Order: sequence, then C-alpha cells, then structure tokens
Amino acid sequence: MSDTQSPDNNEAPKGAIAKFLAASPDSVGKTIFIAVAVCLVASMVVSSAAVSLRPVQEANKLKDKQVNVLQVAGVYEPGVNVTEAFAAFEPHVVELSTGEFVDDQFDPATFDDIAAASDPELSVALDDDPAGIGRKAKYRVIYLLRDDAGDLDKVILPLHGYGLWSTLYGFIALENNGNDIFGLQFYQHGETPGLGAEVDNPRWKALWSGKKLRDDAGDLQITVAKSQPAAGPDFYVDALAGATLTSVGVDNLVKFWMGDAGFAPFLAKLQAGEI
Amino acid sequence: MSQTKKEMLVDPLVDNNPITLQVLGICSALAVTSSLQVSIVMAMAVIFVTSFSSFFISCLRNQIPSSIRIIVQMVIIASLVILVDQILKAYAFQISKTLSVFVGLIITNCIVMGRAEAFAMKNPPVASFIDGMGNGMGYGLILLLVGFFRELFGAGSLFGVTILQTVNNGGWYVPNGMLLLPPSAFFIIGLIIWAFRTWKPSQVEEREYKIQQVEAH
Repeated sequence: MSDTQSPDNNEAPKGAIAKFLAASPDSVGKTIFIAVAVCLVASMVVSSAAVSLRPVQEANKLKDKQVNVLQVAGVYEPGVNVTEAFAAFEPHVVELSTGEFVDDQFDPATFDDIAAASDPELSVALDDDPAGIGRKAKYRVIYLLRDDAGDLDKVILPLHGYGLWSTLYGFIALENNGNDIFGLQFYQHGETPGLGAEVDNPRWKALWSGKKLRDDAGDLQITVAKSQPAAGPDFYVDALAGATLTSVGVDNLVKFWMGDAGFAPFLAKLQAGEI
Repeated sequence: MSQTKKEMLVDPLVDNNPITLQVLGICSALAVTSSLQVSIVMAMAVIFVTSFSSFFISCLRNQIPSSIRIIVQMVIIASLVILVDQILKAYAFQISKTLSVFVGLIITNCIVMGRAEAFAMKNPPVASFIDGMGNGMGYGLILLLVGFFRELFGAGSLFGVTILQTVNNGGWYVPNGMLLLPPSAFFIIGLIIWAFRTWKPSQVEEREYKIQQVEAH
C-alpha cells in the first residue's frame, strides 16, 4: 500500500505565491529553511503546551500521592477534600542510616525522595539490592498521623522495588508501635493487569492489615509467600495467584525497606519512644 | 482519487481497515487493549494524531524537500503526540498513568506514518484530514472490539463495571487470565480478520503459490 516514491512536485505554483515558495523544494537553501522552520514551529508548540500545562500536571501528581497516603492510612473517603484531609499528616524527612529527622536540612513538603535516589550527593549505590532499585536515597519523606489528643497514631513509610515488569511505588502504614502493619498500597506500577496488578485488589491489600514485621526476638519475619512460613500466620501474607514474580518483588521490597538498609533504625527509635 | 469524502471516512472502517487489511499498528493494539476505557482514550488519541498530522503534512506537501520528508513528517507527528500526552497528563491523569509509554509510542505507529506518506503527501489538506480521521477510526474500531472481549472475558467487567462477578471477588466467573496478556490480542485480531474476510471475500489475498496438479502417468 505505502508508496515510497518522492511526492510529485509538478503542480504549477499559483501566481500570487512568492518566488521563494515556487522554488524547487529540493534546493539546498530551501531544504535547510524548511527543516529549521518546521523544527522551530514544532518546538514552540510543544514547549508552550508543556509549560502551560505543567501546573495542572504537578497538582495532579501531588494530589495522587496525597490520596494514596490517605488511602493507606484508611482515612480516605470518596469526595473528601484531599488537601484538607492531608493537612492532618505530618511530613518529615528521615535520614535512613540514623533514623533521625533532618527537617532542618530539607523541606519535607517539597523534598522529592524519588528524584534524590538518582542524585549522587543524596543517594548511595546498592551492592546488596534485593529490591532491584540500583540506588537508594539517603533520605526519605515519611508521614506521621496523630490522633485528636496529639499522640502518634500511624506511621506512613514509602517503599518501592522491582516486580515483574516495573518498579512498584507504594506506602506502608504501621501502627504506632512501629511493628504492626495497618495497610500496604502501591500508587504506581506497570504489572500485568489481572495478575500482578492484583496488588491493587482491595481483598489482597486487606490481607496485610494486622500482620507484624518482627517477631519477639526482633527478627524481620514478614513474608509474602505461597505457603505459610515457620514464623506463623502473623508474619505471612498469601502470594498472588498467577503472579509469582510480582509477589516475590513485593516480598523483597517490603523486607528491604523494613530491614536494616531501610527504615529499621527509624523504627527502632520509634519503638524506643524517641520520636 | 475519485473517492468521495464520505467514502474516505467510512472505507477504512471495514473495507480498508488499517489493522485487519493492511495489518499495520498491531504493536500498540496488543498493548493497550486490556481494558475498554484505556482502548477508547488510545483510539481518540490516534484519531487526533492521524487526522491533524495528515492535515498539516498535506498543507506543507509542496514545500517539503523530498530528501528530508520523512524527518519533517516525524517532527509534525511527534509534536502532536507530545501535545496529546501533555493534555492527558493534565486532564486525565489516571488514564495517562495506565497508558504510560504507549501514548508516546503513537509516534511509531505505522498507520500515522503510512497515511502521511501514502496519502497526505499527494492530496489536499481537507481530504487528507478526512482520510487520517477515517484510518484513525478504523484503528479505534478494532481497538474497541479487542478491548471489549479482553476486558469482559479477562476481567469480567466493562469500563471497570463488573459484569461477570469473578471468583477472586466471591463470584462465580473464573476469568481467563490469558486474555489480559498481550498475546491474546493476536488471537482476537486474527479472529476479527477471519470474520471480516468471510464477510467481504474481496479482502482475501491471492495465493502466492499454487500447488500444481500433475496428472499421474
């Protein structure tokens, strides 16, 4: 069907058309002129669209993240004013290695820990990388939710890691003891719809509620697996049927971020009552 | 071109469908049809890009130097695609997250390029616009058909609304997981091609080789 011949240029130009337009399009001057002109116009269209739509896009992204924080903390209802509800959460920047808040160095409202992971100043390359993320930011943004009396109610921690096709980005919500899981939710991933993407299924997400990260000896026991490990039902989330690699990915990323390379120092501080 | 404008618009739907007859643009048809809503947005994006790229390329057709014509076409197509991508990110954020990279890949969709090169470079702007729109609609029609079957039988829902209650959610329907994977679109497109060619036998290609019947001695 497709004709790869050059277009026929033998239509006679109309009298009114300027001499330049009538010139053969194949001359060197005209080739350069058309190339430059088309590129200029196209770049102006693209850049003006990108610039004028950016505020709306940024707002969407921010709102999407906030909705996910609300959802994982179990306070989201459809129609709720997201910005208002989100104001109840207290963002902090945590230095992973020490578990300390470093809010004086970074503004928790604007610090982008995903972008920081590719900044050599703010991140470290991982040798032992079960989550498949390559580099890890040294600092991450976490959210604290306090109850009406001002006591700590829930802790929302970000986590991400590689599944089957894509990096899954999500949040885990922990109870104020820093060990009981309230919920887990991914806000961005590209897993197979109907199989790996069932990580979004409310029924599967509900399995996380009430599980524990560590046993009494302080060992990290939480596991996503096909069958129950020796540690017992409190530490076990059933893997997704038909999505072995996604389940393995979730298992790895939860273990990684809850482990010593992740939020373990922070959680230890939390349990010691230093937060 | 002796076609009327209406024929240009309707012809690519069945008689000269870019997917089923010309077998172009298959790659994205496999990737984005796992749910109907995404298919519709993708179809609209492609219709927009094919019609306007054909229009602008046709406006410039007598000025485009043949040595760089493909590049000029690509620049126009790519700009339109980026425009669509930006608009989706701003006003249909959830869907743009699902479509992710496939909006950008409209640039490489053979249908857009094919119509620019085969039609818009030789025809006036309005006719090119209609031709582009027709071909985009032909693509969209197949996308919707494939998306309908894949979502209904793969996930038990249409537009995200549950039709067949799946076992995972406590219902009776055991979804066909394969339909949610890209290869299943191959089977469905194959069946659609078969149906179209049974309906319109003129679409059946002549055999390239015929087995000779030789009389036995």
